[in-house]
Amino acid sequence: MRYELGEKKAMRNAYGETLVELGKKYPNLVVLDADLSGSTKTKMFAKEYPDRFFNTGIAEQNMVGMAAGLARTGKIVFASTFAMFASGRAWEQIRNSVAYADLNVKIVATHSGITVGEDGATHQMTEDIAIMRAIPNMKIIAPSDYYETKHVIRWCAEYYGPVYVRMPRGNTETIFKDEEDAKFEFGKARILKEGKDLTIIATGELVPEAIKASVILKENGIDAEVISMPTIKPIDEEAVKNSNDFIVSLEDHNIIGGLGGALSEVIATYGLNKKLLKIGIDDEFGISGKAEELLKYYKLDGESVAKRIMEEYNGKTE
Amino acid sequence: MPIEYNDIDKLKKISKKIRYNVVKMIGLAESGHPGGSLSATDIIVALYYKLMNHDPKNPNKEDRDRFVLSKGHSCPALYAVLAELGYFDKDELWKLRKTGALLQGHPSIKISGIEANTGSLGHGFSVAVGMALGCRLDKLDNNIYVLLGDGECQEGQVWEAAMAAYHYKLDNLIGFVDRNRLQIDGCTEDVMCLGDLKEKFKAFGWDVFEIDGHDFEQIIGTVEKAKSMKNGKPKMIIANTVKGKGVSFMENNVGFHGKAPNKEELEKALKELS
Repeated sequence: MRYELGEKKAMRNAYGETLVELGKKYPNLVVLDADLSGSTKTKMFAKEYPDRFFNTGIAEQNMVGMAAGLARTGKIVFASTFAMFASGRAWEQIRNSVAYADLNVKIVATHSGITVGEDGATHQMTEDIAIMRAIPNMKIIAPSDYYETKHVIRWCAEYYGPVYVRMPRGNTETIFKDEEDAKFEFGKARILKEGKDLTIIATGELVPEAIKASVILKENGIDAEVISMPTIKPIDEEAVKNSNDFIVSLEDHNIIGGLGGALSEVIATYGLNKKLLKIGIDDEFGISGKAEELLKYYKLDGESVAKRIMEEYNGKTE
Repeated sequence: MPIEYNDIDKLKKISKKIRYNVVKMIGLAESGHPGGSLSATDIIVALYYKLMNHDPKNPNKEDRDRFVLSKGHSCPALYAVLAELGYFDKDELWKLRKTGALLQGHPSIKISGIEANTGSLGHGFSVAVGMALGCRLDKLDNNIYVLLGDGECQEGQVWEAAMAAYHYKLDNLIGFVDRNRLQIDGCTEDVMCLGDLKEKFKAFGWDVFEIDGHDFEQIIGTVEKAKSMKNGKPKMIIANTVKGKGVSFMENNVGFHGKAPNKEELEKALKELS
C-alpha cells in the first residue's frame, strides 16, 4: 500500500546521472543530443566522457541516422532531445534507419506531454506513444519517478535493440522510497496499491496523480487499485486481465493510441468484460501555462481524476 | 585484401556483366529502378573490385571498408556485384522483389554485404556519417563510402549530414553523387533546381571532385587521391553519369527511372549488353 509520495525529483536528472554511471561500465556507450543537452541532462555524460558525446546540432533527423550508423559499428547509442523532435521530427529515421534494422539505439526523449508547460502546443508532445507504438521492434517505456528512471536506463543499456523512453520536463513526486524500492521489470506492471472496486492504470508522471486520486476515492467509499504501467510496449496483458472490471487509464498523452489505446486493445482482443475510462488529453492540442495549472486545466490532477472517476463509476453502478 | 583487378578492360567487362544482370533482374521482377542502377554501376564496380578492403567470406570483419547505398533504389547494381563476388547465392538475383525472397526492393542488412537499411532518401548519408564516426572511435584505418543520388540532394537531411561530416572532421568518409540529372518527375533542374552541387558541398566544407562517373581511371584515381588526403575534411565526388547507361533506349530516358522493361524491351536490352 503506497499513499506516501516523496520529494519532487526530475526523472531527467536520473537519466543524466545514470548515463555517467553507465559510461564507466560500457566503454562502447555513446550519447548524442541535438542542442538540448542542458535540458535532457546528457550534458552530465558529455562532461565526463567528451570523446563519446556528440552534439549533432539542431538536426534531429541526422542525429537519429548517425545513431544508426554508430550502432552498426557496435556502439550502444543513446540519442536524446525533446519528445516532440525525437519522436516527431525524426519518426521516419527511427522507423527506417533504426527499428527496421533492429539496431541498438535508445531514443530517450524528455519534455514529453502537456506538462512541458509554458512553451505551449508546438512543444507539448502528446502523440509520441501512439506513433512509436506502431513501429515494429520498438519498445516503449515511461518511468514513473526518479528512482525507477535509473533502473530503466540501466535496463536499456543491457538490452539489445531499439527502445523509446519518454519522461517529463518537471520535477515529479517520487513514488518509491529509494532505488532498491523502485525495482523495474521490463514488460511488467506494478501494483502500487490494492483495491477491489476499480483499477487505475497510470503511466509516467501521472502515477502520483493516480495515487492522490485513490486517496480521495477512498474517502468517498471507493476502493481503487493503483497500477503503474512503465512499459507501454509490450503492454502487460496479464495485469489488464487481472484488474477490476472498471479500469481507468491515466496518461499525459492523447487518449487515442497511447496507454488507453493499448489497454483498450487488450480488453477488446481478449473480450474482457471490463469498462475502460480513458483519462488523458482528449484529442486536442495544448496551451501555454504552468505545468501544475495545466494538469488542473486538462483535469489530469488527482482531484479532477477522482471527481471524474466518481461521476463515471457511480454512473455505472447506479 | 582488396581483389586485384588492375586492368581497366577487365573492370569494363565486369560492369557490362553487372549491367546485364541488373536489367535481367529488374525485367524478371517486373518492377524496380533500372535508370539509376545503370548510372551507378561503374562506381559500385570500381569500389568493390578495385578500391575497397572487403571480404565476401567474412562480411562483418571489423576493419572492412564499408559502402552505404544511400540511393537505395539502385540496389540491383549492388546486389549483382555482391552476388558476383560471392556474398550470397547468385540465384537470388532472379528472385529480386519476389514474395519471401532474400533480395528486398530496397537494401536491408539481413542481406550479406549490405551495411544499412536504405531506400528512404537522405537516410543512408547520415548512417554513413555515424559509421565513419564509430570507426574513428575504434581507431580503425578504414574508409566509409556513401553513394547519393542527385535528386536525393533535395532532401534536407542530406545537408544536415553534410554539415555534421565536416564538423566531425570525417576524412575517412568519401561520398559520391550519382549526377545523372534525372529524377522520377523529370530533369532535376526542372523539378527542384540543384544548381552547382560542387559549390554547395564546398560551401559545406567538403573537399569536392568532379569526374566522369563512367570512366574507371577517373573513379579510381580520384578515390585514391581522396583517400590519401588525411586533412580532416570529408570528400565528395560529383560523378557525372548517364541515367540508364549501357542500354540505348534507357539512356537519359526518365521513363526508366522506376519502370521495368517489358518482355520485348528486356530482350532488346539484354542483346545490347551481351
